Amino acid sequence: MVAAVEPAARTAPGHGPLTPALYRVVERQVELDDVVTLSLEPEDGPAPPFAGGQFNMLTAFGVGEIAISISSAPGDPGPLRHTVRDVGAVTAALCASPVGAVVGVRGPFGTDWGVDGIDPAADAVIVAGGIGLAPLRGAVDELVARRRGTAGGGVFVLVGARSPDQVLFPPDLERWRADGAHVGVTVDAGAPGYDGPVGVVTSLLPEAPFDAERAVALVCGPEIMMRFAVRSLLERGVDPGRILVSLERNMQCGVGLCGHCQLGPLLLCRDGPVVPYGGVAEGLLGEHRR
Amino acid sequence: MGVDPGAEAVVDREGLDRLVGVLAERGFATLGPVVSGGAIVHRPLQGVDDLPAGWHDVQAPGHYRLEHDGGDELFGWAVGPSSPKAEFFPSAETVWRARSEGQRVSLSAPEPPAAPTAVVGARPCEVRAMSVLDRVLRDGAHPDDRYTARREGAFVVAAECGAPSGSCFCTSMGSGPAADDGFDLAVTELLDGDHRFLVRVGSAAGAEVLGAVPHRPATEDDRRARQAVLDGARRRMGRSLDTEGLPALLARNLDHPRWAEVAERCLSCGNCTLVCPTCFCSDVKDVTDVTGGIERHRRWASCFDLDHSYLHGGAVRPTTASRYRQWLTHKLSTWWDQFDESGCVGCGRCITWCPVGIDLTEEAAAIRATDGAEAGSGGVGA
Amino acid sequence: MTADLSLRLAAHRFLEGLDTEDVALLAAVARPAEFPAGTYLIREGEEADTIYFVDRGRVAIELHAPGRGPLVVETVGPGQVVGLSWVSPPFRWQFDARAAEAVGAVGVDAPALRLILAERPVLGFDLLQRLSGVLLERLQTTRVRLLDLYGDGGRR
Repeated sequence: MVAAVEPAARTAPGHGPLTPALYRVVERQVELDDVVTLSLEPEDGPAPPFAGGQFNMLTAFGVGEIAISISSAPGDPGPLRHTVRDVGAVTAALCASPVGAVVGVRGPFGTDWGVDGIDPAADAVIVAGGIGLAPLRGAVDELVARRRGTAGGGVFVLVGARSPDQVLFPPDLERWRADGAHVGVTVDAGAPGYDGPVGVVTSLLPEAPFDAERAVALVCGPEIMMRFAVRSLLERGVDPGRILVSLERNMQCGVGLCGHCQLGPLLLCRDGPVVPYGGVAEGLLGEHRR
Repeated sequence: MGVDPGAEAVVDREGLDRLVGVLAERGFATLGPVVSGGAIVHRPLQGVDDLPAGWHDVQAPGHYRLEHDGGDELFGWAVGPSSPKAEFFPSAETVWRARSEGQRVSLSAPEPPAAPTAVVGARPCEVRAMSVLDRVLRDGAHPDDRYTARREGAFVVAAECGAPSGSCFCTSMGSGPAADDGFDLAVTELLDGDHRFLVRVGSAAGAEVLGAVPHRPATEDDRRARQAVLDGARRRMGRSLDTEGLPALLARNLDHPRWAEVAERCLSCGNCTLVCPTCFCSDVKDVTDVTGGIERHRRWASCFDLDHSYLHGGAVRPTTASRYRQWLTHKLSTWWDQFDESGCVGCGRCITWCPVGIDLTEEAAAIRATDGAEAGSGGVGA
Repeated sequence: MTADLSLRLAAHRFLEGLDTEDVALLAAVARPAEFPAGTYLIREGEEADTIYFVDRGRVAIELHAPGRGPLVVETVGPGQVVGLSWVSPPFRWQFDARAAEAVGAVGVDAPALRLILAERPVLGFDLLQRLSGVLLERLQTTRVRLLDLYGDGGRR
């Protein structure tokens, strides 16, 4: 189900795999006070195809390079989108990039959520925490579009955020709801004027009526959140082999050459970031200092 | 005289010298083992006179000394601290250059490749190491183009081993003392009777070069002499590593108390990764100058660097125990998962060049002897 | 009426697997409780005299601070229990509990239940085990929220 997309990844012609292709920022959307979505278009030729869950290495010229998941859907007619959270020098520079700025792009790299391989009759359960909704956005778009109006499996989107003003992509959440998905949102801490659920994202599971036996779960967020989410999904009866998580480690080359992103037997830029829980992440998620 | 790949011939010392000359004539930048600074290292080679004639190395954990016996033996030593890795995967490299002006960025054209490299005197373990590195840097989905070009243009003259050192264990790893493949020519120094070299041809390029060097066909005596050299080497290995079920053994002993114990000795200095012929970790960093010039630099890095595993404000592996565990389990266990072979070729450099003499064969054996032991107090997480 | 309450309690997730006899004991000291949206099930400081088994709606557990209005620390829904401070002294509510949506619940009289459980240690142990499970889960999830996983970790 989870396989690397064929290396149609493009870098600058004539250069090696560490040289970025030049893209331009064509749109800039401020999502939260520290999160910006950049829409990028290549200076030359079309952007290479990608699958939801994959990432690009983005270069803020003069600052550095970082791995950022693609947040648009493969079927989107528009430009490539990346939702970036400002947590350091490179991401700060990317978040500050104005329309017209040049950004370097290498990729797409890594494994994807495998939306194509998900049984149409199985319920798809998406558990996203914080910025973790960004790598899942494209996959949810695809799943909701494919299942809209069909009698097959449903789409259950469970989102956790820090507080009501930190919920990512509210228009998409509304749209998915309108298109037939079950959408639940909870926050760690409430705020004046907010009357929705307050609690960890797993507290939304009991009210999500999915059929656990055949369900496929896509989980993305901070590692502790993913551990708790997986635990709750397993308790509910979801098959460990059908739970996918997105793992993260220090990434520098993105192409399996620099060794930084190793996590036990995996090179996350090549064997991840999307990894099945059963048999793979199971032995890695709880380990100390691995 | 036409020579075929797979042929076996014999050259003498002059012939070997001529071989080096032929490589220079063909435009190769030739490197070989020379004595420098008290060690045998890879340097530009002009001829056979540059080779370490009469030198022997004495190696043990944390110990390396050269001794001279006044004789003519050219290859009576094992390995030095350097390996051919640095020729194909330089320790520091500029990957691209660009110029940023306002909202325009222009990339410089890629640099043309340097002269092809010839390595003379590569040990079988080093030849194996090159093929291990090929699988990482060349044979993946995104090959390192410059590494690939350097490897493609290279000429390798292997020198089989007759004098393994106290740190050697290539027989345990199946990477020596004989050279099986991965070379253009392989020489075995023979000292019974005439001082001569049995040369085996490993490629068409090797055949072509040998054809330009005075040589005679190998006889049964020559072949027997070669076997005797190799058998002698096999008997005199410095140490051994039991590789039976080793990847799984290490994978199930991640909380073994030995990790905390070795961490009390390990300085986390990274010497082992520096001298290892298969370590490939690198840092990729962008640097700028004030005029708008940007360069991407790639430099050798080590999993013993504290920052190597930096994530979300800190290192994932902040303790020496966790970093030593990462290095050893990668080399002997998870390299199999990632690249379907062992990362270790048994050259023993990490043992010799560890300032405190940590021996990975001993560490692996200790874990094997107490397979399943649990940490009391201490352990990796402490 | 008691028969209805028995059915509702028997169907409640918290009491899953409880003997019919024991459910009836609880139902005998219970009453139906309906709370329109915005009304309070529980008030901070008042006597902890009822355990609410929620089967409809959402309850906001909150604390009130002057100038900051109600601060919701957790929301609780169908299949869950509101009111845990009845278990041990001083038997006083520590938080407010407001119906965020219209709430339907079965309210069990806490002092009466304490008397019943004193006479029936086996049932007492069973209920306390279930209660401990809820407390443990709430403690764990609260600890996870304390970690502020979605925060920036002071990096900026």
